[in-house]
Amino acid sequence: MTTILDPTDERKPVARRITPRTGALIGTVGLLDIRKPRGNVLLDELERQLATAVPGITVKRYSKPTFTKPCPDDLRREIAGEVDYVVEALAD
Amino acid sequence: MTETKPGFSLKSLSGDTHTFPGDGPHLVVFVKEDCETCNTAAPVVEALHKAYGDKLRVLMPGQSGADNAALKERHGLSFQILDDTSCKTSFDWDIQIVPSVFWIDANGRVVSHFEGFVREEWERLSADLARSLDVAQAQIDWASLPAWRPGCGSRHLYPEIYDKLRASAVGSTIQARRIDIAPADDVIEFMFDQGFSDGLPLVPPTPERVLRMLEGTRRTAQDLVATVPPNMGEATVEKIAINAVMAGCKPEFMPVIIAALEAVCTDAFNIHGVTATTMGAAPVIVVNGPIRDRIGMNKGLGALGSGNRANATIGRALRLIVGNVGGGKPGGVERSTLGNPMKYTMCFAENEERSPWPPLHVERGFKKEDSVVTVFAMTGGPVHIVDQESRKPEQVAGSIGLGLEGVFLPKLRNLPIDALLVVCPEHIDTLMSEGDYTKDRLRARIQEVTRRPLSEMVADEMSGAGIPKATAEKMGAGKLRTEVPKFAGPEYIHIVVAGSDAGKFSSAFHGWATGEIGSQSVSRKIDLG
Repeated sequence: MTTILDPTDERKPVARRITPRTGALIGTVGLLDIRKPRGNVLLDELERQLATAVPGITVKRYSKPTFTKPCPDDLRREIAGEVDYVVEALAD
Repeated sequence: MTETKPGFSLKSLSGDTHTFPGDGPHLVVFVKEDCETCNTAAPVVEALHKAYGDKLRVLMPGQSGADNAALKERHGLSFQILDDTSCKTSFDWDIQIVPSVFWIDANGRVVSHFEGFVREEWERLSADLARSLDVAQAQIDWASLPAWRPGCGSRHLYPEIYDKLRASAVGSTIQARRIDIAPADDVIEFMFDQGFSDGLPLVPPTPERVLRMLEGTRRTAQDLVATVPPNMGEATVEKIAINAVMAGCKPEFMPVIIAALEAVCTDAFNIHGVTATTMGAAPVIVVNGPIRDRIGMNKGLGALGSGNRANATIGRALRLIVGNVGGGKPGGVERSTLGNPMKYTMCFAENEERSPWPPLHVERGFKKEDSVVTVFAMTGGPVHIVDQESRKPEQVAGSIGLGLEGVFLPKLRNLPIDALLVVCPEHIDTLMSEGDYTKDRLRARIQEVTRRPLSEMVADEMSGAGIPKATAEKMGAGKLRTEVPKFAGPEYIHIVVAGSDAGKFSSAFHGWATGEIGSQSVSRKIDLG
């Protein structure tokens, strides 16, 4: 029998439960622009359509400093504390 | 002596288990069957056993497996030889030479210990035993025995056995999860199935190989070198060594791999983005300083190609670490549209000896005698720049400039994007043919020959890339006549020398998004301890 050593970080995946889906759209929707070219075009259109389709909701806009790096922790926390939903737009 | 020795339980040839320590004093003699000195000593031990056996427990761990029986038979031994084929007990007792003799008292303390065959030592042992046990001395014809005969190396010190024993010893530096692969399974196929591979076969990272790899660095196995994006996995020296074994590295490459990993795991280099981008970027590692020759790197003929173990496996090890420890796998966080072959490996040494310029690391603030890695995020290349005709410095510098037009897209200019230019020795000779031609002059020449009016960057029917038509209209004809060079500044042009003396072919790597929004090249001094 051959024994080898694990080359990975031996991480055990964390199981997370998805937030229950109510079928309703109430509260605040965050729109996160990752800063790829024309991401604002996509999100502008999404915001316009949301305002028309669900007039009662509030939309808040966010953007990452650069699309090439992960979302900074502070921004992640800010979004989590302020919105009920978030849509992240890639575009290009 | 107040030393005690570790306990053991070993089976005899007849299958009985013999445990140390037992009651009373012991004589423990480690032997191996094919050692001539052990064969000299065996009849003496037999005589000691016959004379003192009632009051002295004689144990003989043999390192030779089935051949232990031959030793017993050859000398008509009346005591059992114990099976230490695995050499674990020899390892635990730290035996260096066989025969290795220990007289141990009833309290488990070593009374005396010697190795090999020095007749006087054996004779004194027999006399001391007789006195201590209060029995008549063993009748041994000492004069018929050699005065001195050196012993043999203990079998457990054979490299293939020693490393295995070290790896499994209590307190081993190895802490990674051990994966046992069934004999029926092919190890190479198993590693493919587990997703450890970059697509090519891997060297199995057995504990023995990893231990040997760890000897390439003075850093301890559990030192944390970096947290590796995207999963922020912890790359300890041990995890680096495991991946280095799989990549095919030699232990002396470890310091370079460690420095390269530290460099790519900085916020400035942004290996997360380099891994994730659809553009297909990869780290290019340039090595400078004395370590290049010490570990046999290629800086000359075919430096950017295949055939050199250090170049090939250092780059591969870095990629495997990012994939296995950081979790950056194609189809997961790695999202390249096409990828590129540099994602397997891209590492070379600068040919400092053939360069008239300060080498890359000196330009970046290090001492010439330092060994340094510099990492660049590159998406294309090496793209060769062919000019076999130019005989004047400005001509060949001009060709090199024109050879860089293809970065991103020929029509795109004023790019805040890195390029790594590798100038070949023959082009160097032409550049220097009329006197000193500095790197800065070459950068300026590149910028000069690539200048074009902004109007050529406007989107049109041939290519929709560049300045949008509406923006161009707002800019107006005057502004569009402004000429801009290929690069937003000369600092984006990085220059090294590599390659062989024959051939007028320089080459260039084309960058990714450069700067804080993307990746910045990073240099790290290699810690040689």
